[in-house]
Amino acid sequence: MTLPAQAQTIYPLNRAEILAGAKFDLKVEFPGAPEQAAAKVTINGQDPAAVLGKSATFVPREDGGDYSAYWIRDANITKPGKYTIEASAGDRKASVIWEVYDTGAPKAKNVILFVGDGMSVAHRTAARILSKGMVEGRYGGELAMDDMPHMALVSTAGTDSIVTDSANSASSYTTGHKSCVNALGVYCARNKSTLDHPKVETISEIVKRMRGMSVGVVTNTEIEDATPASMVAHTRRRSDYNDIVKMFFDVQPDVMMGGGSPNFLPKSTAGSKRGDEDNYLSKFEAAGYKLATTKTELAAASGANKLLGLFNTGNVDGALDRFFLKKGTVDKFPDQPDLTDQVRASLDILSRNDKGFVLMVESGRIDKYSHSLDWERAVYDTIMLDNAVKIAKDFASARNDTLVIVVPDHAHPVAIIGGYDDNRPGQLLRDKLGVYNAAGFPNYPAPNADGYPDKVDVSRRIAFAFGAFPDYCDTGRPYLEGENVPAVAGASKETFVANEKYCTVPGAARRTGNLPFDAAQGVHSGDDVILTAMGPGAEQFRGRVDNIRVFRVMATALGLAPTQ
Amino acid sequence: MALALDGAPLQFDQLYKSFGIRGYELSDALLALKGKQVVMRGYMAPPLKPESHFFVLTGQPLALCPFCQSDADWPADIVVIYLRRAAALVGGGDPVAVSGRLDVGSWTDPETGFVSQIRIVDASFRRS
Repeated sequence: MTLPAQAQTIYPLNRAEILAGAKFDLKVEFPGAPEQAAAKVTINGQDPAAVLGKSATFVPREDGGDYSAYWIRDANITKPGKYTIEASAGDRKASVIWEVYDTGAPKAKNVILFVGDGMSVAHRTAARILSKGMVEGRYGGELAMDDMPHMALVSTAGTDSIVTDSANSASSYTTGHKSCVNALGVYCARNKSTLDHPKVETISEIVKRMRGMSVGVVTNTEIEDATPASMVAHTRRRSDYNDIVKMFFDVQPDVMMGGGSPNFLPKSTAGSKRGDEDNYLSKFEAAGYKLATTKTELAAASGANKLLGLFNTGNVDGALDRFFLKKGTVDKFPDQPDLTDQVRASLDILSRNDKGFVLMVESGRIDKYSHSLDWERAVYDTIMLDNAVKIAKDFASARNDTLVIVVPDHAHPVAIIGGYDDNRPGQLLRDKLGVYNAAGFPNYPAPNADGYPDKVDVSRRIAFAFGAFPDYCDTGRPYLEGENVPAVAGASKETFVANEKYCTVPGAARRTGNLPFDAAQGVHSGDDVILTAMGPGAEQFRGRVDNIRVFRVMATALGLAPTQ
Repeated sequence: MALALDGAPLQFDQLYKSFGIRGYELSDALLALKGKQVVMRGYMAPPLKPESHFFVLTGQPLALCPFCQSDADWPADIVVIYLRRAAALVGGGDPVAVSGRLDVGSWTDPETGFVSQIRIVDASFRRS
């Protein structure tokens, strides 16, 4: 039996939507490694070099593989329309269709994109209950992110799976192209080097190159982490942190804030995570950046034109730890800013550019705390995101020239299923769980002025269930001594077992994991997520959209396609 | 085998004076012990190979294996152990006591590329 001949793979993939004028790499992989003379590529029946105005290169047996590669790098198409790309060699052929789209004239001057990493409906509902209160089923107020005129359901799948990660999902927002797990600003081809895969331009690169706009990247994770990195990075592997620092330096966003300083330090400095002697703190300072390392320094830096804020060696501590529990790394970094401080400082600096700005703001630990099955910390950081959204809404409402979008990048399998009540009879966690009217309402104290209850270890608590987990012991209680570590390395390689320190908590329930044995934490889910938006261009969000549509709406609102 | 562990006791919370954004500062106590025989107690990180002359000592048992998983990360305060002779290493997360000569300063392992600031060399260990 002969297998059908494997077809060529053409990047960008079929049904790609490409902003007119935006750069991308055209790559065709020819299986069987034909010679150049036998390999043919056309765009709308013509030579791609003529259509794209750039010459092609042909790499026989690229990286020693059983395929040959046809490349046109840094291409762009300015004329909108349908483009059919065909590849053939011998009896093998493939074709894809791209849509190159126009945007019309600009409707918005600025875009602020809030990403609630992993923020699912249950996080949002719990944040509303904790920060607004509920009486007889009615909330005491609205979240800023809920009180927006436009909404859409966003699907987050990637080119390789339904359930995706924060690299690929954020990259869909910042480039308008879907890709695969762990990839940023590239399609996932067969290249061996993670930095050689076919690239697509990011919104930061586009607005700086085409329009001279300012760019801000703000997060409470490490600045090199997937979501902030998606603004500048082109790599198949999100963990290329040292390369990503260089990519930030190459693009030079005017404002960059987060944690993750070790990858900026030369390797001879204690605490560095670099493998070379490059000192990126010095490089950024030499390029005119004001460096802020604390909330106090951030407040003093608002007059700067370019700002690099690095507030932690790892992730910035979450709101529950910074404001209330003082766990995590709060003792080492006692003066870390809140996301609200970061957004205020960013808007001060970025709004000075008459040509406008694009600002991404990520509340990144909603996801990380959901991985560690620590819902209270995730929900406090959802409230923090909402406080930051409020500041952006106030900025935008006064101007009517700013598109504000609030969107998760993917979901977690989480749900509110009732409540734990310490006063219910019985000893087991299941005895303490009330469902439906047996749960009633929790007794968290009224929130403070910033929307946070000052106590989470109350006697009637939300029961927040995780649908996917390793072996772990569920205490049904908040983790007052520090972020939950549900599982630890087991005796055999790459297996994980319950972290026994929680198993002795009175009433703790031992849960047999439902994830593969090599999972140490919870995982993402493939559920759609909720987007809300306001400002010029926001009306394009309705119904269900793919994640790449977020890029297209931003590009259209800013009118980024070159005028015909 | 009862192994005598000699040297000045050194603890994880004594290694650094500060963990700053611009880098960590080694403690005066640590620098005073440079080149001297020390004893440290900690946890062996899940090793790269079952038998080796090299492992990483951490103050707390690691939930993840940074050698195995690209998204797992080393804690800030690790000590790299170079054993006098290669030995069978114990499973990840087991408490161990290590003795040997304290070496301080940036050093890149030529074999693995692993960069360390604090090392115990010519070391021996036992389960503690």
